[in-house]
Parts: sequence; structure tokens; C-alpha cells
Amino acid sequence: MKFHTRRPTALAAILLTASVALTACGDDGGDGGDSGSGGDGGGALSMTMLPKNLGNPYFDTSTKGAEKAAEELGAEIEEVGPEAASPDAQVSYINTVAQQGQDALILSANDPEALCDAIDEARSADVKVVTFDADTNPECRDLFVNQATAEGIAAKQLELISEQIGGEGEIAILSASANATNQNAWIEMMETELAENPDYANIELVDTVYGDDEDQKSFDQTEALLQNHPDLKGIISPTTVGIAAAARYLSDSDAKGKVALTGLGTPNQMREYVENGTVESFALWNPEDLGFLATYAAAALVNGDISGEEGDTFEAGDLGEFEVGADGVVLLGEPFTFNADNIGDFDF
Amino acid sequence: MSHTDIERPDAESSEVSASEALLVEPSRLSPTRRVLTTVLRSRELSIFLVLVAVVVLATAKNESFLFSSDGWRNFLLNPSILVLLAVGQGVVIITRNVDLSVGSVMALTAYLTGRLFIEQPGLPVVVVLAACLLLGAVLGLVNGALVAYGNVPALVITLGTLYIYRGIMLTWAGSDRINAGDLPREFLRLGTRAVLGVPILTIIALVVLAAVGYYLHTARGGRELYAIGSDPDAAVLYGLAVRRRVLAAFVLSGALAGLAGALYTARYGTVSSSVGNGIELQAVAAAVIGGIAIFGGSGTVWGAAIGAFLLVTINRALPSLGIEDFWQRAVVGALILGAIVLDRVLAARQARRLAESRDHA
Repeated sequence: MKFHTRRPTALAAILLTASVALTACGDDGGDGGDSGSGGDGGGALSMTMLPKNLGNPYFDTSTKGAEKAAEELGAEIEEVGPEAASPDAQVSYINTVAQQGQDALILSANDPEALCDAIDEARSADVKVVTFDADTNPECRDLFVNQATAEGIAAKQLELISEQIGGEGEIAILSASANATNQNAWIEMMETELAENPDYANIELVDTVYGDDEDQKSFDQTEALLQNHPDLKGIISPTTVGIAAAARYLSDSDAKGKVALTGLGTPNQMREYVENGTVESFALWNPEDLGFLATYAAAALVNGDISGEEGDTFEAGDLGEFEVGADGVVLLGEPFTFNADNIGDFDF
Repeated sequence: MSHTDIERPDAESSEVSASEALLVEPSRLSPTRRVLTTVLRSRELSIFLVLVAVVVLATAKNESFLFSSDGWRNFLLNPSILVLLAVGQGVVIITRNVDLSVGSVMALTAYLTGRLFIEQPGLPVVVVLAACLLLGAVLGLVNGALVAYGNVPALVITLGTLYIYRGIMLTWAGSDRINAGDLPREFLRLGTRAVLGVPILTIIALVVLAAVGYYLHTARGGRELYAIGSDPDAAVLYGLAVRRRVLAAFVLSGALAGLAGALYTARYGTVSSSVGNGIELQAVAAAVIGGIAIFGGSGTVWGAAIGAFLLVTINRALPSLGIEDFWQRAVVGALILGAIVLDRVLAARQARRLAESRDHA
């Protein structure tokens, strides 16, 4: 009987220790944030870059663009951010920006709603707020720099696949989940474009399958596509998980080089397959340009060149002139195409 | 028994139906007939025939299902990871336990594989495989120790460790992904290369299957696992090392899940924190469909492996046959229910037969 009373206690102790250890691991954010850059007395613009989280190659790239723009503008820019992308983690950084009296805050919001109070406070302290990559509600910020529109993404992918299959043949789409709103919007636009644009008259969309943004399922769905459509010429996968899984499947199957693949992907995921010739080109926006443009937009706001109204225009260095659209949205442009020539320049 | 034998005339004894003889006194049949009857009446054969039927149907509809080099390779390659998990799961279920944490263990070792190659690019593949086996075995040991010494049902323990291990994985990997570009070519080739038309991953899975199957069938330790699963209390009373055997079963299941994680990375080239989500249920399903009784004590890992092949092959075949996603899942569900109903029916029939032949005697 002694054993029976003692064992469960030991068990409970082990479980408890494990759970304590886990919570301890999950809770180490919150450092490296508040190195005050000092005042903004010198006349130089002072800006803060607040990505969703630090240590994320995508945002490292956008910060690189922001720093380049700041250098051109003679502004000071400082990057701060949480370790993990959670909404409440960004609030303290926004408060710090308000207290320091920075001129502008450039952020990618972890939540459209939750940050609004903190942002309002910063704006009442005369901080201009520009969102990029992920927006807040339009009324809480001054400008949103949008990476791409649904139309732009749909059109770009059709353009790439048409180019790769020589303008005719069967194509299929490998999507994320069947109820992903953005995916379905893109697919619908591609279908309309295929039906209406005479350039695509000889391209037939034969199937749309769903990989649920899981590597293994996307992989298996690619296999099924090739098996069920022996005449398939190309696959479009407008999701980063899907395109990488499809590329992995194609790269060591008989279909390599016979079936083209394009879609939305990140250079780090796709490098291997572009280099070995499985994939010719794919698209995504360029986060470096995105950070660059957001910084120029913030500077234009601070300098009073624009007020964020629809129709305002401003210059953004090499990227040219941009116009503010409805709801204070500035569009970066059409998606950026990555191929064997330029993929080496990117690391995200 | 010899007493009844003497009373019966020889002619009559040879007329005793094979099924009854096999049930009551197998040695009465000639060895060849015994083996033949065992094979013909086995659950493994029936599930194998279902597998053959699926393959024939799919190939009739689309020749490349089996007769293209990709089709043949995928037929052998795709189930190999699930075969490993199903073999480990089968051994655990035979002892009347279950290991639900295998998906999370697999995720951890898949990520470990990627991290090892990123941090030590020159590491030999064998070392990485060994590290994954070891990590899997340690995680399995935790399960086994909690089950064997904590006196808590395995279902609860491994459900807990499923979440704990997945939590560790999420904390460790976060939003980080392992991409094919991070892995050495040599390792990725392991995932697709074939020897004499048989992919290496399949060979690994079959070697593991053969070793475990042989051990379960012939070794004392293997037979004791069945005894434990048939009646754990009786096994204790009989003086079997129940705790040690159960612990070993969990270590084996963990180690095989660890190996499966490394092979997953070799095959798919990408690891995110969601790897192996839900695969533990597929492993249980494969074992049950393959004829391993969910209450332990009967079934073979051969059956579990055929069950794994069937599950994966059905998933490949149904899209080819033009059946929708929803129905694909429903078919798997129907197979599981069918297997369990069959199990109960066979068990009831066997009990009735045994009772009859006892009365008869």
C-alpha cells in the first residue's frame, strides 16, 4: 500500500516540474527594448521600427530597407520589438515611443484592434504612425503601406505560369485550406482572368486542390495532381507552404522540368529548388522595398509633405512617386519576381 | 486430452475440421497444413487482400498508379514512415497500452535533425539518425516510466505527453522552419534514393518490421508482451516482469517515432512546428485495421504494417478514383469500424467454438 500512495505523488511532482519548466521557457520576452535613443532636438528625424517580432528574417529584410531609406533621408531609425509575435507584446514598445517623443513609428501590427489604444496615445503625443505588412484598423494609424493587392497577386501568378508553359496547356492550383478567404479571392480572380483575357485563351485550369498549409498534405496533393492529370503543364501555389512542398515533390520526380511551378514563396524556402532548376521563378513582395517605402512615407508625414489624405503624393527615392489611396493606403506595387538571377540577394 | 485421442478411431480424427483442430489442438494437424490454415485464416491476409484490391482498382483506372517509376516509388515510399510508427504502436497496443505521443516525438526529432545539420553541417548522417533514435527512446522512456510506475492509464499519460512534447517543440522551434536548403544534399537523397527499385526508407522500415516481428513471434520477451496484454493481472501473478516489459515497449515506440522524425525530414525537406500533427491516430488506426486488438494480447506487427500501407495507399488511390476529400476520411473511418466489428465478431465466435469443443470433449 505504501507504494500506492507514494507513486502518484511522485508522478504529480514530475508533471508539475515539467509544466513549470515549460512556462518558464515560454516567457522570456521583454528585453532589449528600451535603449533610449535620446531626444529629437537636433532636427534630424527620429523614427522607430517595430516589426511583429525580432529574429524573423522577413522583418530583418524590411528593416534593412528602412535603414537604407533613413540613411538617404538623413534620419535616425531604431529597431525594437518583442521576441514573440503576440499582440500585447507590442504595446510597451509603442508606449516607449510616445514617451521618447519620437517623430514617427513604423510598425507591423500583431493585431488590428488590440494596439489601437496605445497607438492613439502615441499619436496624441504627435507621433506619426505608419503600418506596413499587417494593418491596424484604418482609423488608428496615419498610413498603411500595403505590400500587394489581391488583383496584383492574381495577375502576377498567371503571368508567370503563362510565361513558363509557353502560353498554353493545362494548369492546376494547389491552395491552402478550402476556406482561406485570401486564397479563395485570388483563385476567383485568376479564374475570371483566365476566362476573359485573350492572352490566356489556351490555358485551361483543370483542378484546384487543398494542402491545408501542411507540408505533407500539400506534398501528397501535388502527387495526386500529377497522377490525375498526365497532361498537366503547370501548377500555381499561392501559399508559401504549398509551393515549397510541391517543389520538393517535383524536384525528385519524373515531372521535374516538364511541369512548371510558380506561386507565392519566400527565397529561403525556394532557394534549393530554384538553384536545381525545378522552379524557374516565383513571386512575393520584396520586404526590403516595403520597409524602404514605409520609411519614406513616415518621413513625408513628419515633414508635412503629405497629411495622409487620399490623393496625396510623395517621392520614395529609387522607387519613384506614390499616391495615397482610399483609407490611407499606399500600395507598394505589383509583386516582386524571384528567379535564379536575384534569389542570392535575399535572405528571408 | 490424450485420453480422448485414444478413444477416437483414427479415421475420425483426420476428419476433424481444420478450424476446430487449430483452435483446440493444433499439433493434430500436419505442420504444412497448420501453417497454411493459419495463413489462410489470418486477419493479415484479409487486410492484405483489401490492399491488393485497392491497388488493382486504382491501377485499372490509371496505369501510372503503379506502373510508372514515380507511382511505384510512391507506393513503396509513402507508407514507410507510418509503418515505423505503426510497428511501435502495435507493440505498445499488444501490451494493452497506447502511445499517443508519437506524433509529437516525431516532430521533435524531425526538428532536431534540421538543427543538427544547421549547426554542424559536416555531421555524418548515421550520427544524426542515432541522435534521433536516442532522443525518441528517452521520450519513450518517460512515457513508459510514468505508465509502468505511475499506475495511470497509458491513454491519459501519453495524451499528457502529447501536449507537453508538442509544447516543447513550439517553444523550441517557434515560427522557425527547416528548409530543404538547410539540409545536406546527401541526407535529402536518402529520402528518395532507391536500391534495386526499392526506396531506402522502405528498406529501413521493412528491416525494422522484420526484426520486431521476428522477436514478437519467437522470443520469450515477445511472447510475454502478448501474455501481459491478454491479462495484465494474471501476468503479474505468474511472475512476469510486467513493468520492465511495458517500459521496453514504450522505449521501442519512442525510438521508432524518433527514427521516423529523421526520415520525415529526409523525405519532405521542410519541418515546421506542425509536423506529425494527428499522425498518432493514423498509427493507432493502422494497428487496429491490421488486426491488433485494441485491448491487447493479439495481432501482429505484420498486420499493423499492412494496415499502414492500406491507409496510405487508400489516401493516394481515392483522389485518383475521383472520390472527394470528405469521403476519403469517411472511408478510413469505415475501415476502422469494420476492423473493430470484425474483431468482436471473431472473438465471440472463437469463444463459442472453444466452449463447444470443451463440451464436446
